[in-house]
Amino acid sequence: MKFVDEFRDAGAIKQTAAQIRRLAGSGRHYRLMEVCGGHTHAIYRFGLKDLLPENVEMIHGPGCPVCVLPMGRIDDGLAIAAGGDIIFAAFGDMMRVPGAQGSPLQHKARGVDIRIVYSPMDALKLAEANPARHVMFFAIGFETTAPSTALTLLRARESGIANFSVFSNHVTIIPAIRAILDSPDIRIDAFVGPGHVSSVIGCRPYIPIARDEGKPVAISGFEPLDILQSIAMALRQLNEGRAEVENQYTRVVRWEGNAAALGVMDQVFESRPAFEWRGLGSIAHSALRIRREFAAWDAEQRFAVPGLRVLEPEAAQCGDVLRGVRKPPQCRLFGNECTPERPVGALMVSSEGACAAYHKYQQV
Amino acid sequence: MCLAIPGQILEVIPGPHPLALVDVSGVRRKVELALLDDPAAAGEWVLIHAGFAMTRISEQAAMEQLRLLTMMGEEPA
Repeated sequence: MKFVDEFRDAGAIKQTAAQIRRLAGSGRHYRLMEVCGGHTHAIYRFGLKDLLPENVEMIHGPGCPVCVLPMGRIDDGLAIAAGGDIIFAAFGDMMRVPGAQGSPLQHKARGVDIRIVYSPMDALKLAEANPARHVMFFAIGFETTAPSTALTLLRARESGIANFSVFSNHVTIIPAIRAILDSPDIRIDAFVGPGHVSSVIGCRPYIPIARDEGKPVAISGFEPLDILQSIAMALRQLNEGRAEVENQYTRVVRWEGNAAALGVMDQVFESRPAFEWRGLGSIAHSALRIRREFAAWDAEQRFAVPGLRVLEPEAAQCGDVLRGVRKPPQCRLFGNECTPERPVGALMVSSEGACAAYHKYQQV
Repeated sequence: MCLAIPGQILEVIPGPHPLALVDVSGVRRKVELALLDDPAAAGEWVLIHAGFAMTRISEQAAMEQLRLLTMMGEEPA
């Protein structure tokens, strides 16, 4: 496939890996965080870890929206659907994520109307096709996904579709990175920045992380060459004592981001004063809620939200893995009590979860 | 969630909310164009996420990237 195959070229990969070995030749230990779960999966899928010298350590970041969602939000969404004979629509990634009362799929087995959609627009179409029912879209995702939810809400308003709402769990990436930097038990030297989030927000929001916190940022694409090149960029910055925002993914990410997407997001969403993240706790201004003028399409303003606060399973160490303090196999439950077939925590479920990546690619 | 796939626009379908017919690895699918910064045309490549074309892929930037990568391999440590 174009724009894919060229960035998987074996010769260029070898060359870039050799470059990384040279850059890391001093032997100093480098700790780089790949923020995005998509990068974590690519690193394991393509065996990139084996190409890196031992003193270049990749720490997996919190960029997996399913993983950082506290269980209580899933239970809240499912309780609204079950209590009101509502169609619960969500991306496939959500279906096996356990809430305290079971996953969406388990609720389906109990008779709750759960549907998988590929796009929020599909959820809106479902509402149009079922005028006698209410369809609630359980929205998750960072700034990559939030614009499509926002645009869907604008279309719902424009078409006057009243039997549709959104339960917003959209989160924003910069506050999460800051929370990681503020954690006393985490030491990160540089960041491999999330490519697709950055195609929306642009490069500028990372400047304070580089300039004020002194952490280099290399915004990266998702193919093996992209990731290796970004690692090389971050290492070079560290070696030269620079801390800047560099854009490796220039074919997709523009410095100023996507104005159209940012515009619709701003029209529909506003920042929540605070939002709870699994593993990171409550983070100020880290999530998006629907503005009051769209209250008619906001499940949280329209229905009574139970506001369930659920304790995470005690034995699971999802929080530590999310913050990069612990690697997935260092969790007590990894691979025995917690597997992709019977997940205890969301990190084992999501196609962006670090535990799922380890389980899928490390054990073969 | 943030994963996106490249597709090539075969045809722009005009209307109040323009769509595009896109070829994604041989599969044709309709995507929304409303989140693109500026209008797209047939033949162009876009990155598709959740049914929306999110961004145009710059062929020129891709070529430049690959050229830089080749140069990087030749540079002394």
